[in-house]
Amino acid sequence: MATTGHAAHRIIEKHAGARDALIPILQDIQAEEGYLSQEALEAVSEGMSIPLIQVYGVATFFRAFSLEPRGRRVVCACTGTACHVRGASAVLDELERQLGVCAGQTTGDGEYSLETVNCLGACALGPVVVVDGINHGHMTRADVQHLLGGEPESAGADR
Amino acid sequence: MSRLEGPNQIAELQREILEKRGKFGHEIAVCGGPGCRAIGCEEVFRALRDEFQRAGCGEDVHLKWTGCRGLCAGGTIVVIDPGGIFYQGVTPEDAREIVEETVLRGAVIERLLYVDPTSGEIARAQDEIPFYRGQTRLLLEQIAQLDPSNIEDYVAAGGYAALAKTLDRLQPAEVIEEIRISGLRGRGGGGFPTARKWTACREAASSDGTKYLICNADEGDPGAYMDRSILEGNPHSVIEGMLIGAYAVGANQGYVYVRHEYPLAVQSILTARDQAQARGLLGENILGTGFDFHIKVSRGGGAFVCGESTALIASLEGKIGEPRPKHVHTAVRGLFNKPTVLNNVETWANVPLIISRGGAWFAGIGTESSTGTKVFSLVGNIRNTGLVELPMGTPLRMIIESIGGGVPGGKKLKAVQSGGPSGGCLPADRIDLPVDFDRLAEAGSMMGSGGLIVMDDETCMVDFAKYFVEFLAEESCGKCVVCREGLDRMRDILTAITEGNGTPESIELLEELCEVMKDASLCALGATAPNPVLSTLRYFRDEYDAHVNGGRCPAGVCRALITFHIDAAACTGCGACARECPEGAISGEIGLAHSIDAEMCIQCGICRTTCRFDAVMTD
Repeated sequence: MATTGHAAHRIIEKHAGARDALIPILQDIQAEEGYLSQEALEAVSEGMSIPLIQVYGVATFFRAFSLEPRGRRVVCACTGTACHVRGASAVLDELERQLGVCAGQTTGDGEYSLETVNCLGACALGPVVVVDGINHGHMTRADVQHLLGGEPESAGADR
Repeated sequence: MSRLEGPNQIAELQREILEKRGKFGHEIAVCGGPGCRAIGCEEVFRALRDEFQRAGCGEDVHLKWTGCRGLCAGGTIVVIDPGGIFYQGVTPEDAREIVEETVLRGAVIERLLYVDPTSGEIARAQDEIPFYRGQTRLLLEQIAQLDPSNIEDYVAAGGYAALAKTLDRLQPAEVIEEIRISGLRGRGGGGFPTARKWTACREAASSDGTKYLICNADEGDPGAYMDRSILEGNPHSVIEGMLIGAYAVGANQGYVYVRHEYPLAVQSILTARDQAQARGLLGENILGTGFDFHIKVSRGGGAFVCGESTALIASLEGKIGEPRPKHVHTAVRGLFNKPTVLNNVETWANVPLIISRGGAWFAGIGTESSTGTKVFSLVGNIRNTGLVELPMGTPLRMIIESIGGGVPGGKKLKAVQSGGPSGGCLPADRIDLPVDFDRLAEAGSMMGSGGLIVMDDETCMVDFAKYFVEFLAEESCGKCVVCREGLDRMRDILTAITEGNGTPESIELLEELCEVMKDASLCALGATAPNPVLSTLRYFRDEYDAHVNGGRCPAGVCRALITFHIDAAACTGCGACARECPEGAISGEIGLAHSIDAEMCIQCGICRTTCRFDAVMTD
């Protein structure tokens, strides 16, 4: 509680309580802590004198926010239209099968979070899977096995 | 960096920069667009820089970043002047050869040139590539030439001259009149006449005089990245457009609302804003004329509905991004209840061009009702994936065949989807349709922000409609019942159809739901959400019928409706499929035809993508 409270208060101060600052404040807290904890939401509500329900409403409405901590490694499959018509759903399906979690979830051991994104603007590489910030292009279902099997360089031709 | 004190100083600054520029022997431009970044252009840039240092030709060479070159399928792209030598598919390993051969010896490396897949012709420069030849690149060519992090590049190319002209010689009403003559319509999706929006805002009363300007850069359509490319590649054009708009409507505060998945775009617009401010082009007393305008940059929260103006405004106010009814337009009562003009990135970027070259010039491009050019992102099953810019009214066939290079892999064109998730699909036989706002709407689709998704004959149209409905159901804000519940029900019905549980009544119910949603939704997201279903029902009814009545998925996509088997005549018995099958469902001796155990098969399709002899078939 104490440390999160401090981070939230410091970030609120930085935005000088501007009336349009709720979303940027939550974004900054998430950037620092990886997710929005209950303590953080309470601190924001208190610090900005905004009802907690309103803060919670905003935090759960937008895709950018996560109320759960993410895994040590983040696997993100692009499910944009261009990737979709090139077989992204099969790739996501295989990622879910291999990791044993659905998109939006983290594995029980806290190792992997599986996420999706609506478009990365890298349509020429589609389907794209991003692992810890590194793009893997032209993915197929078969590539997924290699991707998660500890030989990331062999899967997909691209960085 | 000195502050400019008067409109006439822009032209002086441009002269100064151009004189200084003439000194370099070579200019090497590395594309830093979204596609090239994803493929690793930063490493190419570093490798080139290291090689130049090693070769000791640092003084004579200007190595720079540019924005997106458009031909994303050819990333990483490096262009070398003089000569405009266009290298594509460049990797860090090519850097030494580029420096030693091309820069030091003037020799062209053939291996890195573009080869036209149909004619086999080799292109040395950009203009020789068919992808570029057919385009009218007004916005995109600037992006391809400029280093977005350097305001001097923009000024050298004539940037901020339109602002100088506006502040020096034009009355606000004259600016709006020029925009009216140009016929400019909003590039964000709705196609609303820009001048009408500006006039309404200009005439709207504000108790304390405050008016706002918003640049919508919350590009949410999957498969569309033109706004990202403009904002990353030429942020000053957006700022200049906003400045001219602010002067015209009487606003002093602007917002750029950028999608949070675009960190580079955020960085780019922030850098440009600071540079413009330092030069006296933004902030207080702009160019010494007494005109003030400030820009704030906000990162979006990641909600598709925030592409809708009132939802975006709610989000900017720190609220949940829900739309409101538009009995009163945002031009009259928008952000914080003040008159507000909201336009999208591409619309703003067009404004300086119109002011510089005149509304009549702009109106001369395109069709009568849709003027100017439009940037499209051409993606999906197409050879030349990338961003293209064309006069409005260009036939779809030209975009797909001449510029896009057609469908790869020997497959046939099945459909083209335009307008984002709430747009529509056009079948291959409508390929001669001229692409403009009105013709697309007549055909049951829409312009949207300019995404063009090309699909080959292995795409199932029912599955494709389901994809968009799932997307929209996920993104519906939930405020109005019709959209929230309607999309959920449509998703259920489409899922049932793709899983073999559809009935003829399902299709009737779908049609009824579509009509209700069109009529009764609160905002445009709900009202246009039925488009993917309606347009696929209109043009691909037989495919729905095959799922419902025949229990078949003709495209071989819907897993519950297909079985895999191996064509014994085509199978070479190489065993590759058996090795990759995650379920061990494939057996056979090496050298002899293999077979699939239907009981064990999970229809994952790995065998089909693995097989190099097209021996894996679906029923």
